[in-house]
Order: sequence, then structure tokens, then C-alpha cells
Amino acid sequence: MDNRFFVDGEHLSPSALEKKHRLETDPASRTNHMEYMNGMEQIRSDIMEKVLSEMDSYDYTKYTAKDVKSALEHETCTIEDFKALLSPAAEPFLEQLAQRARQTTSKHFGNTVYLFTPLYIANYCENYCVYCGFNCYNNIRRMKLNMEQIEREMQIIHDSGMEEILILTGESRSQSNVEYIGEACRLARKYFRMVGLEIYPVNVEEYRYLHECGADYVTVFQETYDSDRYSDLHLLGHKRVYPYRFDAQERALMGGMRGVAFSALLGLSDFRKDALASALHVYYLQRKYPHAEMSLSCPRLRPIINNDKINPLDVHETQLCQIICAYRIFLPFVGITVSSRESESFRNGIVKIAATKVSAGVSTGIGDHECKYEGKKTDGTEGDEQFEINDARSLDVMYEDIAAEGLQPVLNDYLYM
Amino acid sequence: MYRKEFTMEDKLILSGHEFSSRFILGSGKYSLNLIETAVRDAGAEIITLAVRRANTKKQENILDYIPKGVTLLPNTSGARTAEEAVRIARLAREIGCGDFVKIEIMRDTKYLLPDNNETIKATEILAKEGFVVLPYMYPDLYAARNLMNAGAAAVMPLAAPIGSNKGLATREFIQILVDEIDLPVIVDAGIGRPSQACEAMEMGAAAIMANTALATAGDLPLMAAAFRQAIEAGRKAYLSGLGRVLTRGASASDPLTGFLRD
Repeated sequence: MDNRFFVDGEHLSPSALEKKHRLETDPASRTNHMEYMNGMEQIRSDIMEKVLSEMDSYDYTKYTAKDVKSALEHETCTIEDFKALLSPAAEPFLEQLAQRARQTTSKHFGNTVYLFTPLYIANYCENYCVYCGFNCYNNIRRMKLNMEQIEREMQIIHDSGMEEILILTGESRSQSNVEYIGEACRLARKYFRMVGLEIYPVNVEEYRYLHECGADYVTVFQETYDSDRYSDLHLLGHKRVYPYRFDAQERALMGGMRGVAFSALLGLSDFRKDALASALHVYYLQRKYPHAEMSLSCPRLRPIINNDKINPLDVHETQLCQIICAYRIFLPFVGITVSSRESESFRNGIVKIAATKVSAGVSTGIGDHECKYEGKKTDGTEGDEQFEINDARSLDVMYEDIAAEGLQPVLNDYLYM
Repeated sequence: MYRKEFTMEDKLILSGHEFSSRFILGSGKYSLNLIETAVRDAGAEIITLAVRRANTKKQENILDYIPKGVTLLPNTSGARTAEEAVRIARLAREIGCGDFVKIEIMRDTKYLLPDNNETIKATEILAKEGFVVLPYMYPDLYAARNLMNAGAAAVMPLAAPIGSNKGLATREFIQILVDEIDLPVIVDAGIGRPSQACEAMEMGAAAIMANTALATAGDLPLMAAAFRQAIEAGRKAYLSGLGRVLTRGASASDPLTGFLRD
């Protein structure tokens, strides 16, 4: 296990440090990551099995230029074609992939690009995920906004013109319980046309409750689909349970959510296998829930507070572009979101090829929109950020930049039912 | 057996509303540029509008960009059930989109194929509420009859999956609707080229709805003008009777039964 992730904060007590080190170095000290914890609902689903068996048998080195060419010629992209498009053999064909992807995007989405912004309402976390700035051992300023503060943040975002919001929390059921998140959703419905959630995975009835509170889209990142690697990176907390997280989207749909979003965090593991698994997760779930809207994100690892060594390893912009093009060709109907983890130039380029949604006016900190949007002086009470963003454009600037590329920025395409 | 209604005043009539143009601009690929050119170069008098994308606060509110004299056709895209479609239609009326409504009910996000059963239910409810209901449908004869009985002002069968530009993949079934349903048949979805629009009009379609074919064209105004001419040409061919003769096969110049003496 590479130790570039491990950072010992000076604030940790000797006993906390000892536990942390034991978790990091002794696999026997960790719980079984494939076993459900108390209170976690188990649904009947064969999707994980299907995805993992495809991923395990994927040997991307066996694909050749011939496979890539024939994949590009097929009208319908099969799973086998998709595997070829993700393989190293497809890299020399990147321009052809991009051309095909652009054509497909244009057929399904025209020239529209949707805009949204995230709102972090709390950064308390009970998990030890070694790459994440919110992890429970990381020494950061913790904060949880109360309803009044949340409303203030929402007003500021609303006044900027944004109509779609994604509410996020750290993963702490005790600090940010489902009712707290539900109340935040009710507030959000007052200010926004579309409310999404990116929170810890919950049970079907909890998703149903959150849907009734106004949320309609649930994003859960599996981070990595490689379950051994997952076990090495998520050392403590409910997030350690791989299958409960895997089935989150399905539980969300069972709870009445309109749509779900998926992703691996590229750079944690073998990115080709993770990209394959992410897309197949969408593919199989779409077959089971054909009415549901689905989207893929494609985040890469970013530096965090107290650890600037974290980077996405072998996933350079070229590889990211290849993955996104392959996603588009394999899943023409799926939304593709590119976050502010990526640079301005990458985002400007990729919206012309395959991305259909980008964030703008982003802060991954807690309670700092007034400082960031309106230049109010910080009083030092804001909660720290989850990761460093790379593209800090405001909504207005993003809107103009997209329009200048000849695309149509869209702030809302949605009715809450 | 050609229809005799050809006059200089050949109009598309939907529940008593008359239109000179038989081109309807769809709403899927949305741009203000497209709306302008559809009206100017394609002669569109009806423009579809996704209600879920209207009623927005910022500058791109599509309602502000609909030229005067153009009839808005709000659609219910995003609806998965009859109930949701009805709610969207009522919302459209509330925000000032008028009484026309195109019902779109899809329970498949991959192909966006319409659900005929739910569409029939929604049509019945909305027609009773005084809407001019234009249902998007899969070309099935029984469903079309049910839609007619439910009070639809026209039926809008798909030619091919939406956005596919594949043309008249459902040609034979659309022809059956044209022949059997006493309502205008507006061919919607899948028309990718002016020649396909022309062919549908020759078959007796009352109008053509297109969007992707224009939105993704290299030269938008030129493609819009091409659609206009193709639709007019197809219409004239249909009215002239040639369309029918061609589709049913030409008659022999010497009758096969000419030998009969009595």
C-alpha cells in the first residue's frame, strides 16, 4: 500500500495515533468491508455481481488497433467495443473517438450545457478514507451549518442566478442526520428548481423521505470498484462497507428518486477497470430501471489540506478525455458531469465533445459563499474545504464562456414531480 | 383517389386553428438561433417548447424569444405518467403558453419512446379541460383510434427513434394511420433529411415536426429552407394525386381486362 496518503496530525492523541497506524498497517485490525453493518438495508440485486465479473475479466492489454477501429465503425457500441475504446490501443485514435463522441452528444443533447453548483452544509465525517480532506483523522476546521446559515448560503447562490444545487455533507450520520439533510432540501426547494444530494448512502425509506423533502437526484461515488483496493483506502466507518455503497443508487431509485449519478475517483486504482465498472454500473441499472435518469462524473484525485502530494497518478488529461469519449459512445443518453477539479481549458474543451454538465461558482468549504461570491471578509469560522478546486469561474463567467463557444448554457431543464 | 381539397388556401387545421405552414419546430435541441431561423427560413408557425425548460429566471427564458404570431406548443417532456403530463400541461397554461399541448410521456430514458397507454389517459383528461391535445405516439392503429376517441386534435407518430435522423423507419405503419385515422397525422421524431420529410408528406402526412435535423446541420438557415421546400413539394405531390399512384403502383396503360366483351 502506498503511503503517500498517510498524514499524522499533531492534534491526534497517542491512542488515536496508535489506532490510526494500526488501521493503516495491519489489515487484520479492519472490519470485513464486504459485510453489512447494523442498520444497513440489504436489497436483492444482481447488478454488483454482473459489474464485478465483467471488470475482473477485463484485460485491456489484449485489445488492438483493429478492435478499436471496428468499435468506431459499429453503429451500436457493445460492451466489447467499449472495452476496446477504453484500452491503451485506443489512445492513438483519440481524435476519432472525440469526433464520434461529439456527434453522439449532439444527437442526444444538441449544444446544451447544464450548470449547477455544489453547497457543502457540513464537513463532519466518521470515515477514514485516506485520500479525502474530510477524513476523521485530518486536522481541519469542522463545521455544520444551521438552517438559518443554510438559507443565507442558498440566498446568495440563488441571487447569482443558479437554479440547480447539489447539497453535500461529510459522512456523519450523528452530526448530519437524515432529518437535518431533509430540512435543508425543503429550504433548497424554495430557492432552486432542481435539488440533488451527495451524502452518505442511506436506506430506501430514507431516500423516499429525502425525495419527499424535495431532493430528486442522488449522487454516490463508489471511488473505486476494485474491492481489495477499496478496502485498503476506506479504513474505518460505514463507508468501509463496499456492497452497501454499491447498491445506493438502486435504493435511491426504489425510494422514488428521479435520477442517480455514479463515479469512480480516477487515480485511486486501475483507472481503465474503474471506468469500465462505472459505465457498466449505469448500463445494468438502466436496463432494470429504464425510466430513471442517469449520469456519470469523472473526478480525478486532487490535493487536500495537509497533503499536497495527492495527485491522479497515471490519469492525465489525455486519459481522462479518452474515458469521457468512451463513456459517451457507449452510453449516448447519459449525462456527463465535469467538476471544478478540472482546469478551465479542459472544461472548455470537453463540453464541446461530450460533457453535458459543469459546475460553476464552486466552493468545497462550509459557509463561505458570502466571502467567495460577495467579497465579504472571512471571520475564520468557515469550515475547511474537501479538496482544492482547479476552476474557480463564477456562474456569470462560466455562462459567458460557454455561450462564446457556441454552446447553449441551460440553468434548468427540470420539473419536480 | 386523390383528395380534392387542394385550393390556394391549403391549410393545416388543428381543432379549428388554421396554419399555412406544415413545418413544426421541435424543442429537443434548444437554441435561440434555431428558433429564429426556423421561423424565418423554414416558415414555422408552431414551435414546441419544453415546459420544464421554460419559466426560468435568467436570460435564456425561451418564452421571451418566441416571435409574435407563432403558436407555442408546450410539451410535457419529463413526464413519466399520465398524471405528471396533466400537471405539466396545466402548468404550461398557467405560465401563459396557451391551450395547445403536445403530450410526451416517456418511461425509457435511453430511447425516449412514448408510452401509448399513458398518453391516451392524459389525452382524455386534457381534451376535456379544453386543451388542443397533440399526442406524440408510437404508430399503433389501436392507440391512434383511442387517441382520436379521447379527443386528440391530431396524432403525432414517430418516424424513428428521436434524434436518430433515421427517417421513415415506421413508414408502413404511419401510412396505415394516414389511411385510417380521421385526424391530421403529424410525423414527429426521426426525420433526418428533407427528402424524408418530403416522402412523409407525399404519403399524406399533414405536417412534419423536426428538430435534430436542423439543429445539427452545418448551415442552419440553408437546411431550414431545404425543409420548407421539401415539405411544400411533398404536400403538392400528395394533393396532386401522384403520391397515391406511386405508393399503390401504377396502372397498366392497356387494361388487363380489356378482352372482356360485355
